[in-house]
Amino acid sequence: MKELLVISGKGGTGKTTIVGSLAVLAKNKVLADCDVDAADLHLLLRPEVQEVHQFFGLPKAKIDAELCTHCGRCRQVCRFRAIDKDYQIDPTRCEGCGVCYYICPAGAITLEEHCSGHWYISATSFGPMVHAALGIAEENSGKLVALVREKSRELAKKVGAQYILTDGPPGIGCPVIASLASVDLALLVTEPTVAGRHDLERVLELTGYFQVPAAVCINKYDLAPDKSRELEEYCRQRGVPLVGQVPFRAEVNQALVQGKPVVEYSRGPAAKAIEGVWEAVKELLAQ
Amino acid sequence: MLQIAVASGKGGTGKTTVATNLALALAGEGPVQFLDCDVEEPNAHLFLHPALGEEEAVTIPVPAVEEGQCTACGRCAEVCAFNAIAVLAGHVLTFPELCHGCGGCTLLCPEGALREEKRKIGIVQGGQRGELVFVQGKLEIGAALAPPVVEAVRAKEQGMGTVIIDAAPGTSCPVVAAIRDVDFCLLVTEPTPFGLHDLDLAARLVAELGVPAGVILNRAGEGDELVEEYCQRQGLPLLLKIPFSRNLAAIYAQGKVLVEELPQWREVFLNLGREIGRRVGR
Repeated sequence: MKELLVISGKGGTGKTTIVGSLAVLAKNKVLADCDVDAADLHLLLRPEVQEVHQFFGLPKAKIDAELCTHCGRCRQVCRFRAIDKDYQIDPTRCEGCGVCYYICPAGAITLEEHCSGHWYISATSFGPMVHAALGIAEENSGKLVALVREKSRELAKKVGAQYILTDGPPGIGCPVIASLASVDLALLVTEPTVAGRHDLERVLELTGYFQVPAAVCINKYDLAPDKSRELEEYCRQRGVPLVGQVPFRAEVNQALVQGKPVVEYSRGPAAKAIEGVWEAVKELLAQ
Repeated sequence: MLQIAVASGKGGTGKTTVATNLALALAGEGPVQFLDCDVEEPNAHLFLHPALGEEEAVTIPVPAVEEGQCTACGRCAEVCAFNAIAVLAGHVLTFPELCHGCGGCTLLCPEGALREEKRKIGIVQGGQRGELVFVQGKLEIGAALAPPVVEAVRAKEQGMGTVIIDAAPGTSCPVVAAIRDVDFCLLVTEPTPFGLHDLDLAARLVAELGVPAGVILNRAGEGDELVEEYCQRQGLPLLLKIPFSRNLAAIYAQGKVLVEELPQWREVFLNLGREIGRRVGR
């Protein structure tokens, strides 16, 4: 079983568009959406939710006003400035470390379980899918990502899947690091812009840091052909395989508006290019 | 002082385009400071080309063990909520990459066998471009915790004029740290189902934080009704539409800014700034 993660550093380069189409092209796979902050893959794959589970991140501190003596000890030790002068906890600041709970001399603080999101196992016309939704303004996205990955591996084992295809989050921080751990290949989707290039460099440093093999796909390559050539050259210099260049075509947006993966909606040049990406990725995964 | 944050939910909708153009348009009018709080992928500097100053390290305190004093009692591992410290075969092991720097282990160690040392997780860097004061944060490769770096950037906020804050995509802790307590938040979206879906998440985030907000529709043209109807339903003002054109996309691709390439945009962004000022009563 091979795990492919699609990430980009920069947001909006077309990760989900590509994953949506790979979901059609790859046979015998489990799908996973690790962009738990702003998950969009379900808009293309229209999953039928079969299981809903609560996700408990770390607890939140709660102060019992009856017992609290306003001694100020908790406010002194809280490094996240989560306790205000009226001894109210700001849940958007509390990280659930529990230091206030341990230190309170009056025993006025408890740690309350806190549901910070949900995760789902669903059926799609392209195969089973594990996905999640982190609550608004929540922490612990890395934990929820790790959970989605664990569940997608269990499911892949159960159904004997050949691949796990994972849509990753933008950036290089905690949820990306959690997505990246021991995948077989990271497909980096970039775009021919100065920002796309800059962020590709950062995300390649990240895959290098965690020793995950990477390959690059340039999306909307014809919007700035000179920048695409620079990206090509950069990949050659770094020794990173370039697995395809997808043109900017109306078919991509039209498919999206219809809520369909491009390769299912159209036989146009963008769809053909994505098919080429999958063929190249498949070969890399087989190595 | 007027703080305007630019956020989006979905990545790549044009946050940095809006933030940089707004900052440059307003820079002629009074003091303006630009804070790049997208510390995982900070790229406003690619458009603003500031002369950058020295890098300042952002650190969090992580535990270090004084072997002689440690009795391997295990209290530190018991209280650590982040699994960043463990006791194995009579030895304390720390995992600094998992540590959030809460200080619990050091504080609660009965032997006083832990002290804190600084772990670098990123940098903050100031700069200047003409009238515009620039600050950016950058998360170290391999470091997971973005919020302390965002907070270090925001700690540089000057208490006057206009402060423009470019936030990360998403709706979780790094975004919260960037837009907390600002006067106004611009939510940049695009007229696609993804754009609309994530605009809704971002709108719920600003509502949760009690920050007044308005919407900017980028790459407008086809499908605008989706977003327009949404804004109307939610009572969110749609403050600006930036049409899709290959020309605008090419300007962005090259790292250029609209207000300099196409002078009519200077007025547009100036008006946007004034409109926000009016809305927050400045």
